[in-house]
Amino acid sequence: MLFPFFWMLMSSLKDATQIYQMRLLPSRPTLDNYRYIFTSRNSQFPQWFLNSTIVAICTTASVLFFDSLIGYTLAKFRFPGKKIIFLLIISTLMIPTEMLVIPWYAMARAFKWVNTYWGIMFPGMISAFGVFLMRQFMATVPDDLIDAARVDGQGELRIFLTIVLPLVTPALATLAIFNFVGNWNAFLWPLIAVSKPHMFTLPVGLANFSGEAGSDWQLIMTGAAVSMLPLIIVFLVFQKQIVRGIAMTGLKG
Amino acid sequence: MTLAAKRAATAYAFLAVPLVFFICVRFAPMLYMMAMSLTDWGLLRKTLHFVGLANYAAVLADPVFLQALANTAKYAVFGAPAVIVVSLCVALLLDRVPRGKGLFRLVYVLPYITPVVAVSWVWRWMFQSPPLGVINAMLVAVGLPAAAFLNSPTQALPSILAVNVWVELGYCTTIFLAGIQTIPADIVEAARIDGASGRQVLGKIILPLLLPVTLFLTVIEGIQFLRIFTQVYNMSMQAMGGPLNSTKSAALYIYQKAFTNFEMGLAASASLVLFAIILVVTIAQMRLFDRKLDY
Repeated sequence: MLFPFFWMLMSSLKDATQIYQMRLLPSRPTLDNYRYIFTSRNSQFPQWFLNSTIVAICTTASVLFFDSLIGYTLAKFRFPGKKIIFLLIISTLMIPTEMLVIPWYAMARAFKWVNTYWGIMFPGMISAFGVFLMRQFMATVPDDLIDAARVDGQGELRIFLTIVLPLVTPALATLAIFNFVGNWNAFLWPLIAVSKPHMFTLPVGLANFSGEAGSDWQLIMTGAAVSMLPLIIVFLVFQKQIVRGIAMTGLKG
Repeated sequence: MTLAAKRAATAYAFLAVPLVFFICVRFAPMLYMMAMSLTDWGLLRKTLHFVGLANYAAVLADPVFLQALANTAKYAVFGAPAVIVVSLCVALLLDRVPRGKGLFRLVYVLPYITPVVAVSWVWRWMFQSPPLGVINAMLVAVGLPAAAFLNSPTQALPSILAVNVWVELGYCTTIFLAGIQTIPADIVEAARIDGASGRQVLGKIILPLLLPVTLFLTVIEGIQFLRIFTQVYNMSMQAMGGPLNSTKSAALYIYQKAFTNFEMGLAASASLVLFAIILVVTIAQMRLFDRKLDY
């Protein structure tokens, strides 16, 4: 299972001649490839890294705010049309991205969003899946707490931000991790939304770079390793939440 | 204003932006897509004409699209069951491991959370012909002939499929493990006391209780494989779905029609065909499961 990662790492430590020798460990390990990826003037990886980070963080922040707000409203308020609204939102999970990218692209062109961060981000600013998740969790927040705050005369938005949100931090953490990972790895839409290399996200950049690198496999493997790095760190830190998150979504869906 | 009306007003205010979002970025595009599939829409074209079902006829008569559909069917029909069977076995084995679960977890979840693009290129490198590819080097080392893998029209699709099985394994195994943990220990205990063998416990208790999870995963994985795109894009020469279209999936066909050929109308109708297939397969699976779960 892990061999591909091992082989990637070893290949990234070899130079252009060692890469063609079939040896498990590099005879003279070198960090030149990493130096090239991070510091060469021809390498755009630092820019792509930055783009991916901006996109993943902004979308995740937006998803956290809106999804928990929607989940809270749907779980704790009574109003006409509640059920229909919930069903409408959940039904969008059935629409595959493959179908939506073409109209999204037409939209992005019409509004001049092509090659902008907003262009990459706008389709993912709210996630129907997250609404489903947060609604489940919001139901567990005690009504008394919310009512007490209302009696105290606190505003509704304030109650949501200062009283409700702190109570659902585990769910927020799960949603944040999933959304960050999903956005970091996203390929199809960023591939379409951006045509200028300096706006590429890391996966699009890596695909493009690898397509042009020809036989420089040591550089391709270094690029692959670099694009995985943040996720491996995220995974090692949040292992429990990730596994719990996968299990939760699976069993409740 | 009554208190209830006030609360409702707050709720609508909270939902206003999200509703606009879902209408503008999900529903409207879908309707737009349906409408556009009936026109000769192209990015390079200035005027728009209604062409009825001509796009659907053209797409369904296109041998490349039919091959892409056949390939997509192969990915789904072989890929989804393969992931389910392998991950079920892995989960059953891991459940018995007394220690080091965390380490194993890292091992099987890692492929699932790393970028598919990166993973695809790593495998593409390993699949290279001799003397470059490490898999071929291993084959030769044990006395087997080298294989063409991604360069062969017959082996390329199974190779990509195998990589995707490896990727999806983490997700399914995690869910199976969670499912196994929800099985009450006293049921298994009681069966053991009554003299049930390990195999009987597995066949008569554990597997039937895992049926809902299995069915859920079958639907999810079926959809995953029907939508396969990134792997094919990154593991075929020039992202063309080759050799000879042998790996091209429906999603890649749609992408090429829309963004390489700019034939948006054709791409729209092709994507609706794919959507219809996903929908029908999903509903059929759910129906089937409802019946099986009844007893």
